[in-house]
Amino acid sequence: MRHASIGKLFSSVRMLSTGALALGVLAAHPASAVEIEYWQYVFESRVQAMDELIKEFEAENPDITVKQVTFPYADYQTRVVAAKAAGKGPDVVQLFYGWLDNFVAGGLVQPLSKEKFPAADIEKDFFPIVSAMKRGEDYYGLPTAVRSMALFYNKNLFKDAGLDPNKPPQTLDEMIAAAKATTKQDSAGNFQTVGMALDIARQDHNWWREILIRQFGGEPYSADGSKVTYDSDGGRKALDFYTGLQTGEKVGQEGFMDEGQAAFRAGLAAMVIDGTFRLASFNTISGFEWGVTELPAAADGTRSNYASYFANAIGGTAEGEKLEAAEKFLAFISSEKAMNVWLDKVGELPARKSVALSEKNLADPIYGPFIRGLNYAHTTLFVDEAAQRQITIDMVNSVLLQGQSTTDALNAAAAKEQQLIDKRKAN
Amino acid sequence: MTTQSAPTTTAAGKYRFRPGLIVAWTLLFIGGIIMITPLLFMFSTSLKTAGQVYDLRLIPAAPTFDNYIRVLSDGRFVRWFLNSSLIAVVVTASCLFFDSLVAYTLAKFDFAGRKLIFLAILSTLMIPTEMLVIPWYLMSSKLGWLDSYWGIMFPGMMTAFGVFLMRQFFETVPNDFLEAARVDGLNEFQIWWKIAMPLVTPALSALAIFTFLGNWTAFFWPLIVTTDKDLYTLPVGLSSFAVEQSIQWEMIMTGAAIATIPTLLIFLFFQRYIVRGVMLGGVKG
Amino acid sequence: MLLNQTAAGAVQKPRAWDWLSISTKQIVWAWTFLAVPMLFFTVVRFYPTAEAFYLSLTDWDFLRPANFVGLENYQTLLTDPVFWQVFRNTFAYLLIGTPISIVLSFVIAYYLDRIEFGHAFIRALYFLPFLTTAAAMAWVWRWFYQPPPIGVINSLLGAFGIGAQPFLRSVDQALPAIMVTAIWAGLGFQIIIFLAGLRAIPATYHEAARVDGLGEFTILRKITLPLLKPTTVFLVVFSSIGFLRIFDQVYNMTSNDPGGPLNTTKPLVLMIYQTAFSSYQMGYAAAQTVVLFLILFAISMGQLWILRSR
Repeated sequence: MRHASIGKLFSSVRMLSTGALALGVLAAHPASAVEIEYWQYVFESRVQAMDELIKEFEAENPDITVKQVTFPYADYQTRVVAAKAAGKGPDVVQLFYGWLDNFVAGGLVQPLSKEKFPAADIEKDFFPIVSAMKRGEDYYGLPTAVRSMALFYNKNLFKDAGLDPNKPPQTLDEMIAAAKATTKQDSAGNFQTVGMALDIARQDHNWWREILIRQFGGEPYSADGSKVTYDSDGGRKALDFYTGLQTGEKVGQEGFMDEGQAAFRAGLAAMVIDGTFRLASFNTISGFEWGVTELPAAADGTRSNYASYFANAIGGTAEGEKLEAAEKFLAFISSEKAMNVWLDKVGELPARKSVALSEKNLADPIYGPFIRGLNYAHTTLFVDEAAQRQITIDMVNSVLLQGQSTTDALNAAAAKEQQLIDKRKAN
Repeated sequence: MTTQSAPTTTAAGKYRFRPGLIVAWTLLFIGGIIMITPLLFMFSTSLKTAGQVYDLRLIPAAPTFDNYIRVLSDGRFVRWFLNSSLIAVVVTASCLFFDSLVAYTLAKFDFAGRKLIFLAILSTLMIPTEMLVIPWYLMSSKLGWLDSYWGIMFPGMMTAFGVFLMRQFFETVPNDFLEAARVDGLNEFQIWWKIAMPLVTPALSALAIFTFLGNWTAFFWPLIVTTDKDLYTLPVGLSSFAVEQSIQWEMIMTGAAIATIPTLLIFLFFQRYIVRGVMLGGVKG
Repeated sequence: MLLNQTAAGAVQKPRAWDWLSISTKQIVWAWTFLAVPMLFFTVVRFYPTAEAFYLSLTDWDFLRPANFVGLENYQTLLTDPVFWQVFRNTFAYLLIGTPISIVLSFVIAYYLDRIEFGHAFIRALYFLPFLTTAAAMAWVWRWFYQPPPIGVINSLLGAFGIGAQPFLRSVDQALPAIMVTAIWAGLGFQIIIFLAGLRAIPATYHEAARVDGLGEFTILRKITLPLLKPTTVFLVVFSSIGFLRIFDQVYNMTSNDPGGPLNTTKPLVLMIYQTAFSSYQMGYAAAQTVVLFLILFAISMGQLWILRSR
């Protein structure tokens, strides 16, 4: 008897829930909904920001649903390529500006329609670095946000070392002095606190490439990006400076705390060079106060910065209804409103000049230095960012771990990179 | 007291109170503790807050389950755990069924080509999965199996190792039992299922253990075939979680602990069976 | 009893099936059982093997259609210094890892076998690591190897006055460091197998030898080890294959510089993974997988030959 009544209860619950489910399904999918897919790589704050933008977009456009699909950064390009090969590409896809050549060659993206996205407007509203998305007369995508680099510093450690936490170093020499003052080692010579967190695998390779080389009188690449030019005096001096931070000045150590930003987060590094995308992570730091300042200038005042961005493009396989929906979505996520959300949630700088260069943003103690850096920023025309970064990592490692001379390491890296560029450009 | 012959215990016989043995025991014990030190530290760190990670004491000063709550609250690990469980169970069931069926057929049926088929299946043991992942990936991509449970499972649904192992055991099943069943009117499938299979349960449990463990800890192929986070198996999910955590060690250790606890619990409860199964499988394999 | 008469005695109408002889029926049943599995093995094992060989002779990279290029991939491979580094690494994993783990596991099994008190407990201590996920444990060990102040091993060394070691950040120490993780994980399995092998030796052999006055070490040499040969051969081949295919630990322990530093830890499988799934050079990667297959085949055959019973 007990079984029978439980059974009845169970089946009526089942019926009710099935009914509710069916109603829910019906309600969620209006008959004429277009579903488009948006792809980007996995990074918690970006995914969350995009979720919010998608919610707002779907509220304004009830007949469009957007599905966000994410991949780990390392496999991202392969996944897009494989999907296109299987005929199931995304409708809106995010790509690193440096991947554009590959993506265009593979038909993974299509040019933006000139009526919906007029070139004149793009060039007026966005920072000049958006030109890296142009091939011939066509723009292939638009960034929601751009990133630049700055010097993060730990105010508490500065105070402890007797430095003024509100006057961070402005030149490279001042930076070294501050690093030396804040470095602490134990009796065995192991680092307890490093003055400067070194991490060639993360952002330091960009610091060396677009900033240090220039500050020491060299140029990393020729203007069109086809020739490696850092195997010069300026390049060698820059490499000497960077590796010297560990070997000469002894203010840092590659691999300390596994990653530079981990050392900074843990309060064990006084300074670290990193980009805007690190802000979301550093904002959760509760153990100490930190500040941001523009990347140090050379002794003669030369400043440089590295700006990069991920742009959103229309997938090569989008057409008809989906193409229209995709274009609407792209316009939405490149709008001023979206950029402010992105700034808030991800900490990346708005790609539109009007939004970025607002008084409020320029005066912001955190965003200000980054935005000012955009004015004199360069962007590298990578052919294969992962491979080129690996060449730089290996170059630094061969100096630090194998004792190779900086000249030899530099020349070897330049040769390898030139080979890589030549191979890619030839295809 | 001299040695006694006890065939089921130590082959070396029993030695009591020899000093050499006490030294050996102590060394083995210390060695054992060293063996599980990584696990101990893993659990210990998972109970520490970020600040305490640098304090390398084994017993945390103020143990907290906060990390576990944070890691489990977004449901990802639960999801990954369920994925791994589903896949391991399904693949194990499939292997138990098909490997045995094939092994039984090869052991008990007489037909032309029997030897050839067995050798062919055995030869697949020589082919490393690393060589097959690229064709598997292309196949999955074309057939839409990427990012699906089937895509993760299909390569392992039947294994040559299982066929080999089960065949060894089926060969020991007396043919008279099978004949009698035939006379009773059972068809071949029923004979296999009802008569032969129950006679090889030790082998089945050994195969089950190996297959389950192998699929539970599989990393390479699931890493390749899935990109949708919801479909990650536990090892792949943990790996992506660790990289994402920007080296927050207490979180990574918590993730690793969560990934390890299920197998440890199973081992604690089924230790005897698992060890026996491994011995059986290894010796006959 | 007629063929078409059931046990109850009732005679059924003869069907076509009943006209077949018993042996023919057997054949039909056999092939029915084997149909799906054979299809499976063909689709999942044989065809992909052929496809891998074929792909290795093309230059396919997903974006452009494949061109047949003959042995060009192999030529590129043989002239690529990174490949030779990877080749050396892979063999280093094998030549250092296998002997150490076999010897270590045998010694442990030998003494563990003689212990009764707490036998199951100590055995469990050694076996637990085998049940863990390689990916998870790789992270634990990675944390172990950190430089001070957070590295456990370095702190221990520091307590003994030994300087901090770079471990994963050194071109010399990184590979051995990762190998320790792999050896640690596999030890439990090998110990259990050796224990089973030791148990299979009848106690009478040992007793007879002892009665004859032979010392323990001689017994070990002349009786135990020879009788353990099949077990040892199995474990040598098994663990060799495992070390040659190492991937999970390396991937997770060097995630920020895969196979590094400076490619000193990169095994062949990691190179295959990067070539195929980071650079999507499918043809080139397939060639690498064929090389892996040839290495595995040669090593296994070689070992079985050398260790065969004489």
